[in-house]
Amino acid sequence: MAFRLPAIMKTTAARLSALYLLLFALCAVLLVFYMTSLSARMLLAQTQETINEEVQGLARAYQRGGIPVLVRVVEQRSRQPGANLYLLADPNGQILSGNVESIQPGVLQREGWTELPFSYERYGEAAGRRQPSAAAAAPETETLTEVGHNAIAVVLRLPNQMILMVGRDLGEPERFRSVIQRSLMLALGMMGFGGLLIWYFVGRRALKHIDSVSVASRRIMAGDLSGRLPVTGAGDEFDRLSENLNTMLARIAHLNDGLKQVSDNIAHDLKTPLTRLRNRAEAALSGKKTGADYREALEGTIAESDQLIRTFNAILMISRLEAGYSAESLDKVDLAAVVHDVVELYEPVAEELGVGFEATVAGPVVVNGNRELIAQALSNVIDNAIKYSAGSVEKPHVGVTLNRDGDEIRLQVADNGLGIPDEGDRARATERFVRLEKSRSQPGSGLGLSLAKAVMTYHNGRLDLLPGNPGLSVLMGFPGSKDD
Amino acid sequence: MSPLTSHKIAYNDGMKILVIEDDREAADYMQKAFAEAGHTAHVAGDGDSGFALADAAEYDVLVVDRMLPRRDGLSVIAGLRSRGNTTPVLILSALGEVDDRVTGLRAGGDDYLTKPYAFSELLARVEVLNRRAPARESETLYRVGDLEIDRLSHTVRRASQEIILQPREYRLLEYLMRHAGQVVTRTMLLENVWDYHFDPQTNVIDVHISRLRGKIEKGFEKPILHTIRGAGYMLKAG
Repeated sequence: MAFRLPAIMKTTAARLSALYLLLFALCAVLLVFYMTSLSARMLLAQTQETINEEVQGLARAYQRGGIPVLVRVVEQRSRQPGANLYLLADPNGQILSGNVESIQPGVLQREGWTELPFSYERYGEAAGRRQPSAAAAAPETETLTEVGHNAIAVVLRLPNQMILMVGRDLGEPERFRSVIQRSLMLALGMMGFGGLLIWYFVGRRALKHIDSVSVASRRIMAGDLSGRLPVTGAGDEFDRLSENLNTMLARIAHLNDGLKQVSDNIAHDLKTPLTRLRNRAEAALSGKKTGADYREALEGTIAESDQLIRTFNAILMISRLEAGYSAESLDKVDLAAVVHDVVELYEPVAEELGVGFEATVAGPVVVNGNRELIAQALSNVIDNAIKYSAGSVEKPHVGVTLNRDGDEIRLQVADNGLGIPDEGDRARATERFVRLEKSRSQPGSGLGLSLAKAVMTYHNGRLDLLPGNPGLSVLMGFPGSKDD
Repeated sequence: MSPLTSHKIAYNDGMKILVIEDDREAADYMQKAFAEAGHTAHVAGDGDSGFALADAAEYDVLVVDRMLPRRDGLSVIAGLRSRGNTTPVLILSALGEVDDRVTGLRAGGDDYLTKPYAFSELLARVEVLNRRAPARESETLYRVGDLEIDRLSHTVRRASQEIILQPREYRLLEYLMRHAGQVVTRTMLLENVWDYHFDPQTNVIDVHISRLRGKIEKGFEKPILHTIRGAGYMLKAG
């Protein structure tokens, strides 16, 4: 636990908690400071008001009966429990009456409000310190300081030059301030402790998550692409992140698998034509040959390499289409016109092979796409249909239809050949280089349908192989809105 | 247009070709092969010197690689065009996407060929591009031997005997006759007669040609539509 602490200090959670802690502490100090100063000011104003009232009362007593009455009232009020401070002194500051025994020198020399709190001692307090039992004489002044108490007062000079002072002890505001101070310290302490606690737990949680992610990613980096980051199921941001990364990993694994499969297939399927190419060249070199023989061998070699180049071009095109191609090549394309063109292009081929061939097209159907790519895809599909239906049944037939079904524009090429009865085979037929066993004898790269599918995917459409009745039906679906 | 127009066949002899290609080996091969076909080819190894040569001398066709050191092929073409140079240009490119072709032609190229290509394809295209070739677009009557087409009435006659063709067959024959005496490849036909640039897996063009051949040769003594092995077709009398 202890060795993990430095690591925890480095987590974002720890840094954030430290920052928040600091900010909150600062705010708390400012708030408390503001509150104490405000309430201290309020208490002071209240004290001053009380003193003013007292002074007014004493002034009325003085008017009523002069010094004797004033002295009596002062004596009387001084004896009340929790009384204010009263002091009557001769012009020299000698205390004559009241409940103040001694006072900070100089206070009485200035008339008006004392500028600063001053210290004083009440009657009986000096004795009270000597005789603890007398402490009860001044219950309201619990021992705050050893030397005396602080107070504020107003000092007046009577017409006969005598000095009257009325004051009030500051014990209460000071006690209030100390209470605030203590609670502030407590609050800060608790905040600090709470912050540290949150810091530790949040930091540790984050660390645990990140450590597990690190472990998992190291495993993946080591080559195990099937590995996934842990998802706790809490649905928090770590989970969301892990889920996204896992989706990414799945995509990478899928692409990687595709790549691996393609390279395997390339190696496998190109080996055959390359071997043929080599044998042809070798055969041309051996034995006695005429010029015509050489010519024929070389022409065969060229034809073979052209087929190889074709295959490579198809592979390249598929990978470019799968990589997303560039969207700028999309344009308004009239599918009906493309169907017409391609059907017209293949019509003589179908006729030559004895395959009935016809197209049913309603009217112009405009999609957003690339004319060349769509033509390429359709020609691949038609080429397949003609090739595989020819000679397989008594009256081979290929039909091309173009119509709209709800939001989908459907271009369908159906033949009445042997089809692909097995559903798994149908699904596999559009994969790269997959040539179902029965078709191995037919010429072709095995890329025709994969390229067509890539073109359809590129157009946000689909290419599905459906069982015909009989035969095979290839459905090319383009997304199309009704208002096109 | 050019004073050589009247010399029916002579225009294709001894073309002056400039090859701007940084791949030394490919350029040497092209130079040799063009020479064998009876043409003179000069080679420039980068965009700058290619531009300077094309700007200074009169060539019949320029063969420009798209990716060149110092100055990009498309910029060379655009530069020449902005200086009023209208020499036909064939762009060679390793980039083969549909967009690349479009941008290449938009930059001022007249034809576009993707690597790897067959030299026979390149030669056929270059010969068709020849600046000195007669502009037969405007002629209303094409005649090769005893075969003639009237481009106004769309009628085809051989030895005064009318031949009925489907619209596409007519366009196919029209293109072949416009380039009579020149080799025309299958992709050139697909591009110019069908206006598509994709790769049909089966040689569909061959079937169209044999159909056309059946109509214009059947019942006549001499073959007129010849197959050039490893290259394409040529319409030629005799």
